[in-house]
Amino acid sequence: MAGYVQAPPTHFGVEMEPIQLVAPDGAATAETRYRRDLPPETLAWLYESMVVTRELDTEFVNLQRQGELALFASCRGQEAAQVGATACLRKTDWLFPQYRELGALLVRGIAPAQMAAVWRGRWHGGLEFTKKCCAPLAIPIGTHGLHAVGAAMAAQRLDEDSVTVAFMGDGATSEGDAHEALNLAAVFRAPCVFFIQNNQWAISVPVERQQAGPTLAHRAVGYGMPGIRVDGNDVLACYTVMEQAAARARAGDGPTFIEAVTYRMGPHTTSDDPTRYRTDDEVERWRARDPIARYRTYLESVSVWTARLEERVTGRAARLRSELRDAVINTPDVDVAEVFDTVYHDITPELARQRDQLLAELAEEASS
Amino acid sequence: MTQIIERPFGLGDDAHEPFLTPVPATSTSTMAQAINGALHDAMAADERVLVFGEDVARLGGVFRVTEGLAETFGERRCFDTPLAESAIIGIAIGMAIRGFVPVPELQFDGFSAPAFDQLVSHLAKYRMRTRGDVDMPVTVRIPSFGGIGAVEHHSESTESYWLHTAGLKVVVPSTPTDAYWLLRYAIADRDPVIFLEPKRRYWTKEFVDSTNPADPIGRAAIRRPGDDVTVITYGSLVATALNAAELAADEYGLEVIDLRSLNPLDFETIATSVRKTGRAVVMHEGPRTLGFGAELAARIQEELFYDLEAPVLRATGFDTPYPPARLEKVWLPGVDRLLDCVEKAMSQP
Repeated sequence: MAGYVQAPPTHFGVEMEPIQLVAPDGAATAETRYRRDLPPETLAWLYESMVVTRELDTEFVNLQRQGELALFASCRGQEAAQVGATACLRKTDWLFPQYRELGALLVRGIAPAQMAAVWRGRWHGGLEFTKKCCAPLAIPIGTHGLHAVGAAMAAQRLDEDSVTVAFMGDGATSEGDAHEALNLAAVFRAPCVFFIQNNQWAISVPVERQQAGPTLAHRAVGYGMPGIRVDGNDVLACYTVMEQAAARARAGDGPTFIEAVTYRMGPHTTSDDPTRYRTDDEVERWRARDPIARYRTYLESVSVWTARLEERVTGRAARLRSELRDAVINTPDVDVAEVFDTVYHDITPELARQRDQLLAELAEEASS
Repeated sequence: MTQIIERPFGLGDDAHEPFLTPVPATSTSTMAQAINGALHDAMAADERVLVFGEDVARLGGVFRVTEGLAETFGERRCFDTPLAESAIIGIAIGMAIRGFVPVPELQFDGFSAPAFDQLVSHLAKYRMRTRGDVDMPVTVRIPSFGGIGAVEHHSESTESYWLHTAGLKVVVPSTPTDAYWLLRYAIADRDPVIFLEPKRRYWTKEFVDSTNPADPIGRAAIRRPGDDVTVITYGSLVATALNAAELAADEYGLEVIDLRSLNPLDFETIATSVRKTGRAVVMHEGPRTLGFGAELAARIQEELFYDLEAPVLRATGFDTPYPPARLEKVWLPGVDRLLDCVEKAMSQP
């Protein structure tokens, strides 16, 4: 794990130009403040995670189109942001995802079956995420930033050097809870990183309608924390920028606001039709900045990409896609009694009565 | 004898040890002091207990209910937050995920509205959404209800919102002793408890025995036995109902039930009483429509219809915003409104 190598910005100036280590054509940039000398196996792992994320994402969309899932929120185009920001963390750092964080969840070791529960409608929030130090998915926008701050304040009180990461989008930054979370994190110097994926669109509302400041990251200045813009389609930049923000938080220097500038290549969810609000030209412009193609070119240039690596990656992607299909189609629904039994630690008398009423209805239906 | 309750959620090896250590001091206390004592004792017994909110640390709370906590336990365990009610509940959730036992304060009933989303969408649902993986042992203290001549937004009855939300428990003490013990139980509970403090009774005095546990959450108390009409109420209005019962004693025997815990509800105690009296009046400060009286009346007629001699009646506030302070006396349900209901119930053929 890299040390806290860079001097923290003291004036909280926000640079307009996003940090970039690998240009869209795959060439290394002139950026020297952030390291890119990760071990080859880490470089390869980032590539593998991005490719597998995209493959799983495709399978999720297919399953929805085949009627097996109620809904899915694709993260296509945001693989670098999510994989980079999560891969540099420790397993004991807590993640607070929104609902488009397939890449982050995958890197954290959460299995496709655990994620699929949400989209299949088997259970809310995902299954057993907290056992991997990850909060359940948060569907209301921006509310979970406060949970990340609270967990960070808990880490302070446990004298841990862990950090928490709140994943939010450009739309979420307009919510009142996002303001409260940023403010409290700064006031209490909470070891929390706000990783904002600015994917340009909140369903149909462009980022220009979310705020009037120069960039989202400029908000950080008012809260008293560093605001950093990073190329969200550059996995190395996302990795190292997050790594430094986490190191800063671990050192007790407080929160950081990272704006990862990226693009949602797909619709908001499978229920959305983005052709109603954005142009093909815009989508094509962003396709030219694809995070995976650029990184593969870069890896070829540093001799990390090999046919063998590609084979391994393709094999794992195929395995996980099949695991996902199997989990979605063959896992039985949860017993409806659990809807009642998990409301309180010990079910209340009234709730037990209502549960028994429903079970009696079902028993009667089964016997008739 | 100190009752032994399993600790809610363990971080260390002693997590299974009883948390309710006997506290030798027994004294005459106001309700505000009893709550303060409960917070002190809970924090002393369990280092995971944290108290925070607006003005709770340096000032000791606008009602001095949290006085001395920051000095005794340090600012890591009792601290002032920025003015941000949603954040106060939101960070409590994050702390609970990591094993702490937060006891946040929302300074006044009317200021729980900004925290509504965190309370209803997250705090209440977290256990269910994680399929039982995560405890939410959060006790939200809210100085509540009217009758103290306060300005707008300082006299609200919010209980119906929380009672309509699955996953929250709702507790309202009416005496200093109950305030002490119900708060200790609430803090020890593995689920979120909305603890509504009747500020009109903050200065009521009573001998509080902190070594002799009161009944737990989920049990009602019969504060006065009687044979003619069951009066069901909670919080500030228990004293009002007892006054009414005393005034009417020559004519009617009122049985006064103090619910103490609105959810879970001790319907057994209500049913036993109504089977005996055949008449019930529910009393609460909040507006009548969909107030807790509506639920109680519905349930009583569903389950006890053939025991009833008269319709279940409601002595409540009105379906208006809470009135300006100089009008609250006539607006709030008092002895007269209650006894009108009692007479109406008794005069049924």
